[in-house]
Amino acid sequence: MGVAKYTRDNKDRITKVEYQSGIVVKTAYGPDDLARVGFSYEKDLASPGEYPFTRGIHAEGYRSRPWTMRQYSGFGMAAETNERFKFLIANGQTGLNVAFDLPTQMGYDSDDPMAQGEVGRVGMAIDSLRDFEVAFEGIDLARIGVGLTINAVASIMLAMYQAMAERHGFSPDVISATPQNDILKEMIGRGAWIFPVEPAVNLIGDTIEHSIKVMPKTNPVSISGYHIRESGATSAQEIAYSILIANAYIDNVLQRGYHIDDFVGRFSFNLDIFGNLWETVAKYRAGRKLWARNLKEKYGTKKNQNMFMRGMFGGGGGGLTKEQPENNIMRSAYFALAAALSGAQTTGLCSYDEAYTIPTPHAALLSLRTCQLLMEEVGLRDTVDPLAGSYFIETITKEMEHKIEEEMEKIEKAGGIIKAVSTGHAQRTVSRQAYEFEKGIQSGELKKVGVNIHREKEEAQEVELHEYNAESAEKQIASLHSLKRERNNSEVTRTLSELENAARTGKNVMPYLVDCCKAYATVGEMARVFRNVFGEFQEPTIF
Amino acid sequence: MTNKIKILVAKPGLDGHDRGAKVVVQALKDAGFEVVYSGLHKTVDQIIRVALQEDVDVIGLSIMSGAHLPITEKVIKQAREEGIGDKMVVVGGVIPEKDVQKLKDLGAKGVFPGGVPFNEIVDFLKQNVKHT
Repeated sequence: MGVAKYTRDNKDRITKVEYQSGIVVKTAYGPDDLARVGFSYEKDLASPGEYPFTRGIHAEGYRSRPWTMRQYSGFGMAAETNERFKFLIANGQTGLNVAFDLPTQMGYDSDDPMAQGEVGRVGMAIDSLRDFEVAFEGIDLARIGVGLTINAVASIMLAMYQAMAERHGFSPDVISATPQNDILKEMIGRGAWIFPVEPAVNLIGDTIEHSIKVMPKTNPVSISGYHIRESGATSAQEIAYSILIANAYIDNVLQRGYHIDDFVGRFSFNLDIFGNLWETVAKYRAGRKLWARNLKEKYGTKKNQNMFMRGMFGGGGGGLTKEQPENNIMRSAYFALAAALSGAQTTGLCSYDEAYTIPTPHAALLSLRTCQLLMEEVGLRDTVDPLAGSYFIETITKEMEHKIEEEMEKIEKAGGIIKAVSTGHAQRTVSRQAYEFEKGIQSGELKKVGVNIHREKEEAQEVELHEYNAESAEKQIASLHSLKRERNNSEVTRTLSELENAARTGKNVMPYLVDCCKAYATVGEMARVFRNVFGEFQEPTIF
Repeated sequence: MTNKIKILVAKPGLDGHDRGAKVVVQALKDAGFEVVYSGLHKTVDQIIRVALQEDVDVIGLSIMSGAHLPITEKVIKQAREEGIGDKMVVVGGVIPEKDVQKLKDLGAKGVFPGGVPFNEIVDFLKQNVKHT
């Protein structure tokens, strides 16, 4: 919403509509348009649940089951998090999502000078296995899947999850973890990277390989085009970069001698709902098709279910405003409609107050109700892919497919996604668009209700920030210090030196990380080994 | 030597949300300023060092993590200790209205919460920076 460009004549009649991805929309569509874009029912559409899955990955769509609704939550220290987890499970939630504080995400212990003022601020502080043991105490890990919102140190956190599960009596082959584990998107947007591109991608390869061998129910990567889009990318770039990023991880694992069907079925995607409704629907329909074709034609995937673009389609935080915040309730409802018309299996909305504060429980509940209304009252479960066959939707889906392919070619010409991220080509492209978008909003060329049109006199909502709890940060640091006194420090030294040796000699580091975790080595200590061996990512100059 | 006003846009701390900082860098460049971007995850020490090395006229801080008050205080204190206390410090990012005056009391000359139009920032800098 507020993303397409509208040209008007002096009578306010719209004379041209252009989507951000470059698709120009006509006044009306007919059979000629399908012929113009070379649309074929068999090749481009087919039945729901059939290759190329344009119409969705399930034959019965929402008839067989409605989408899963997932709201993001989690603040504080391990003990509070454990209480919160138990409360959510008691209320019927079947999956948990763990948010980590910035020091943990960046591989620093709570007592590191770099962590000052950030311990426990935006998520849980994890220093060692002890924190994980407390956080997951009493939870049936064979039944509950756990999402770990972590990237640069996802290998460490996945190893810690395994170590914790084993301590609690669960075998690694029954547990299901879903680390985000997409470092290339961190380098393009969001910025929680540590190590240089190649070792960072190799660590992801290690986690995937380890999952194949030891934790087959784990979903080792969640490709997050979401953050790339929220950093400024167009819809077409969001999908193009996501596919290329996934391919970079695939290639790393194939080099280790595995077959594509050994692991790709466990990949999932986290994609954005932002901007124009029709463009968004076209993005998902074209995205599913291209991902399936990529796997089938480029990688020779044999199994249909391994070609599914599964995942979470939702969020849309960038589309919300702190001006007239109640408008965000309506905006979110349309985002949810877009997700439903796109065939999302899982969705989650940003709460209406998220543009200026940590969501209140009331606002979070309204988001959940918005998703439920669509499924229970509005009629989104009636039939699969209701927009299929529309001259307009099929034409722009085809056009979107070409736009995505063009963006993929641009990156390939720049040397591939790894090179494009190393040189800053991808970051530059995304950042330029963010700038153009902002100029469009400021000039009024892109419309945003309450921001540059239909403004009201009242002031925008005051931004409220989460109060920093210095006392619980102190407690966390004290507990880290007592851990360091109590643990067997020679075992810590031994396992860390074996980890270093493995990292230097190019072995899969995962078993060594599990040993370090079991010896109660800290996240900071393990990350320091990697920092010493791999170095740090040098952000390319992009201006 | 150029006679352009030179601005450091810096990202202190661990937070990696740099869309805003990078957008402002481009707007300032288009407005004719010379801009140095620090990159992510910088300590206050590193930011002061770059300000010294690059001999900038303005130190701009982009802070989204909520830690704008302690960070700004530290930057201003350290700038004084390093003999560049005359450099203008400005702050942008997720800044609640109630903290704007507090930041000014600490010594920040300009405060630009998210959503402030580019021309407001540009005009402020053109009017208030004494180029040395």
